[in-house]
Amino acid sequence: MDSIFQGLFQAFHLVLTLDPDLYRIMALSLRVTLTAVVIAAAIGLPLGAWLAVNRFRYRRLTIAVLNAFMGLPPVVVGLFIYLLLSRSGPLGVLGLLFTPAAMIIAQAILITPLIASIAHQAIRDLWSEYHDLLISLNATRAQRIKALLWDGRRALLTATLAGFGRAIGEVGAIMIVGGNIEYSTRVMTTAIALETSKGNLAFALGLGIVLIGLAVLVNLGIHWLGRTERASNW
Amino acid sequence: MRRLLKLMAISLAAALFAGTAPAETMKMAVTTSFENSGLGKVLLPEVKKDLGLDVKLLVVGTGAALRLGANGDVDAVLVHAKNAELKFMKQGNGLHRRLIMYNDFVLIGPKEDPVGIKKAKTAAEALKMIAAAKFPFVSRGDDSGTNKKELALWKEAGFDKADLKGSWYRAAGAGMGATLNVAAGMNAYTMSDRATWLKFGNKRDLALLFAGDPKLFNQYTLIPVNPKTHPGVRTDLALKLEDWLTSPKAAKLINGYRIKGEKLFTFNAKSAPE
Repeated sequence: MDSIFQGLFQAFHLVLTLDPDLYRIMALSLRVTLTAVVIAAAIGLPLGAWLAVNRFRYRRLTIAVLNAFMGLPPVVVGLFIYLLLSRSGPLGVLGLLFTPAAMIIAQAILITPLIASIAHQAIRDLWSEYHDLLISLNATRAQRIKALLWDGRRALLTATLAGFGRAIGEVGAIMIVGGNIEYSTRVMTTAIALETSKGNLAFALGLGIVLIGLAVLVNLGIHWLGRTERASNW
Repeated sequence: MRRLLKLMAISLAAALFAGTAPAETMKMAVTTSFENSGLGKVLLPEVKKDLGLDVKLLVVGTGAALRLGANGDVDAVLVHAKNAELKFMKQGNGLHRRLIMYNDFVLIGPKEDPVGIKKAKTAAEALKMIAAAKFPFVSRGDDSGTNKKELALWKEAGFDKADLKGSWYRAAGAGMGATLNVAAGMNAYTMSDRATWLKFGNKRDLALLFAGDPKLFNQYTLIPVNPKTHPGVRTDLALKLEDWLTSPKAAKLINGYRIKGEKLFTFNAKSAPE
């Protein structure tokens, strides 16, 4: 119990004293995860919509695979990216290993299926509602996808936030491809893992509480920007 | 409150956009025990000051460190497992082995020492006592230098790796700190390097029970990665670092490093590589 109270205390202490190391790793966490979310959403949302409005032979299989990939094990993704980016791997010449770029790639791969799957579910329901209307208006396929994406934006926001949630708390993949290098690729989750391994449990918990607070702030910020969850609009 | 929020936002934004562009950087894989000792925090700022060289540390077990070196993903490794190092050299992955310093391993266990290893004369005897009592022992089990050393000691005590099973012998498959966390939780015996133990923050009812057997000696070796087999590695920078780490200045810093008043490392670099 003592450690838990100390953790809470540490969390407030860290945030309020404007500890520069803490702000640096918070910023890197945000930079990596937000970039990964933007990339994953740019791929996942249209992909989900496309899967909802198109009928093709292996559709069911594609969707089943996509759904299964929602649970991709981060460590495996990390290992895979490591082998690709290693100097002795096929993309080694790019020199991306142990950089934030490698961490962004790993997280984007992890959350694209999640975003695409949730987007697909939401848009499929919307599509059954809009189907007759859009067909009778003779809308092109691109126009249909656009209309569905726009009208389903609230659900798509949820899909994107789910992706953010998975990425910001992820440690297995970025530990392998980022290397947890101080001042370079150390983020909140890898710092927590490191402090735990040093036996600094209260400090690790403090960092964890800060991380949760950060995730809440980002979610609030996105709702504020998107004007969702407001009295007149919920 | 408002001002504080503003300050916090500014700190975050500043950190978000701050770019770091040091002159020269190299990557070195080091063992967890080296990182946990805190010696890196003393040496690396001096390296930066003297050489303008920014050394990025990848903290992993010796097995993983050598793996990173063998893939050419780091420019040098600082490890502590002689046999694995010799194999690494044989495969042409390293330029040469350069001894830097040593410290020692210690046996940790419940404060009251239920098995009585305090009275043991050698490390092997202590392990024999633990095995005979079937008292829980937590192993790293992760192919690290410490893990290899532990297995070698078990062998000396008459136990092959295959004999080490059963509910009393638990392989954590984790780094030193995580393994100490497990041992603290189970109130079990374990082996640790002295540095990690001294710095460890979650000791609970554990205590240092056995040390001093020369067999527990722990040599750290620097190996620059071989540029012939791994084009693209910055061996030039690794050699600069090697020169610095074997200099009188490094000797003074390494020998003078203390945790809670205890000396940890002894500098033993010679004038030439092995």
